[in-house]
Amino acid sequence: MREITYLEAINEALAEALETRADAFLLGEDIGAYGGAFRVTSGLLQKFGPERVMDTPISEGAIVGAAIGASLMGMKPIAEIMYMDFLPLSMDQLVTHAAKLYFMSGGQLEAGFILRTQYSLGRAHGSQHSEFLPSWFFQAPGLKAAVPSTPYDAKGLLRAALKERGPVLLIESAMLYKSRGSVPDEYYEVPFGHADVKRKGKDVTIVAVSRMVPEALAAATKLLEVGIDAEVVDPRSILPLDRKTLVDSVRKTGRLVVTSDDMRTGGVGAEIAATVYEEAFDYLQSPLVRVCSPDLPIPFAPALEKEYMPNAEKIVQAIVKLVG
Amino acid sequence: MVEIRVVSGTTESDLKTLGIPRAKLLSMLRKMILIRRFEEKVEELYLKMALITGPSHLYLGMEAIASGASEAIRDDDYVLATYRGHGHAVARGIPLAKAFAELMGRVDGSCKGLGGSMHVATWKEKNLLLATAIVGSNIPIAAGVALALKKKGSAQLVVAFFGDGATTSGAFNEGINLAAVWGVPAIFVCENNMYAMSLPNTRGISSKSIAERAVSYDILTFVADGNDPVSVFVAMTKAADLCRSGGGPCFVECRTYRMKGHGIYDKGEYRPQEEVKQWSSKDPIRLFESMLLAGRVVSAEQLQKMKEEIETELGEAIKKARTSPTPAFESLQDFVYPGGWNP
Repeated sequence: MREITYLEAINEALAEALETRADAFLLGEDIGAYGGAFRVTSGLLQKFGPERVMDTPISEGAIVGAAIGASLMGMKPIAEIMYMDFLPLSMDQLVTHAAKLYFMSGGQLEAGFILRTQYSLGRAHGSQHSEFLPSWFFQAPGLKAAVPSTPYDAKGLLRAALKERGPVLLIESAMLYKSRGSVPDEYYEVPFGHADVKRKGKDVTIVAVSRMVPEALAAATKLLEVGIDAEVVDPRSILPLDRKTLVDSVRKTGRLVVTSDDMRTGGVGAEIAATVYEEAFDYLQSPLVRVCSPDLPIPFAPALEKEYMPNAEKIVQAIVKLVG
Repeated sequence: MVEIRVVSGTTESDLKTLGIPRAKLLSMLRKMILIRRFEEKVEELYLKMALITGPSHLYLGMEAIASGASEAIRDDDYVLATYRGHGHAVARGIPLAKAFAELMGRVDGSCKGLGGSMHVATWKEKNLLLATAIVGSNIPIAAGVALALKKKGSAQLVVAFFGDGATTSGAFNEGINLAAVWGVPAIFVCENNMYAMSLPNTRGISSKSIAERAVSYDILTFVADGNDPVSVFVAMTKAADLCRSGGGPCFVECRTYRMKGHGIYDKGEYRPQEEVKQWSSKDPIRLFESMLLAGRVVSAEQLQKMKEEIETELGEAIKKARTSPTPAFESLQDFVYPGGWNP
């Protein structure tokens, strides 16, 4: 199977959407001539023109607001917010409007748009250009949100998002843009709410989110050297969260480590931990462990940022302590 | 730079020169009286009968705006309303029983009882596309609706109503700027009732006027007398014509006054008595009624009959709404995701 990068996979899916669906169009800051701050939309303006690839002024609230408006009219806007740190500027439109329009209109309004963003932890971009804030959306029923970790998942989830009738948030990791993986030529989709067992194992479950999936796989390889066989589960979407696959894995292995780039307190890991305590408590052979970022703003100094971030080594240390 | 165009209040002689069809004038009057009586019924159901609870932001005193505006646009145009949206819903022709049922939280309400007063003006059958409870937030959404209309090559347009308080929000700047950059068919209608809840504009808005803020986006801007449906109608007709010929967006500032407080619970005691008194002499319905009577557009008997019909209509709607049950709690999950929960 051919191998492409995570970035190329998203670019391909966007091009495919514009090619196959007349109702789809892109909007966001610097996505046109500039090709996107990370070059994800590179070449699309040239291919599809300014009516389909729309540069917007710096107006994060209005980018999402306009996406809502156009989607209520039956179009399929695909909006981009350049950094996840800018997403709080859109929260009124995304959470207070888009997520609950279907509900509070008694089923009349469907805001079926896609919002893409990325987080840059690991690129020394400091406290305001690095944040990963996925757990905020646990409190936004009506929204679907995904955190793809591979080129295959990124493309498949974007395709699935195009078919959703409600709003979808896709959170990419800039650190993964250059990572490579197999992506078939044939059409496929990755459905929302389906976790993926990225590596089968029997001794411990590592639930890993976004950038931490390759780190968890690297940790699993190292753990084999000390005779520990780890299972790596990638939730892929966090809303809806596939609790069953996560819980089934822990019931099998008896141990859980959750690893994610977001902060420890109230993060994605906290929700997964609570779910496992509620649904697999009797299967746990040891307390679960969270390998996440500390409850601190993200430091700029590259050496400090590196220390701040979870990684494969920290996962290995946690598991050796747990199993040992 | 475009100029601000002022559409002053109408006189009896203007009525003749403007040549607005009699049926339209009568429809404006009927809508105004219907909104007034609807809101008075809401007050009664809220304060005396406790059949309505929660916030209810009344449109009393502002009836001329929704009525004049709705007569100036087409039935297939779109409207984005606000939490002070009962007037827009009624002017646009929402079934009254649906509106009352929504206010009472009943399953036969426009939003199945899940929206309430602040979202009652969401009724797709009448292209009432959305009613927001967040001040200013429907402005960027209107830019998106209008963008879709432009992309489809449609002759339809969207009207977003909001109050003066919305003009100090970030959404106002982002949304109007975006619509102006895109050149899309949206009419932004500011219902300037001079107060953002309790804060008078003199202390909340630094510009000389709201229209001056709007015109700075280089869009055609009108100032209408918000207590005169004909003034609103004239301004809206011109704005709509311009939008349909590709010259949108436009802005219409309608100057008016809330007869009562911000919501039912608010007595509006922060407003000077002198000011309230002065505006009560400009009651839009009394003024319009007298003008139409004097101009022989309507006779006293016709007016009386119209009022009686409205009373019957409202009475029947309330009766019907009261028979509707509260939605089942178990049904809530069905309204979270279109097409249901996945997996």
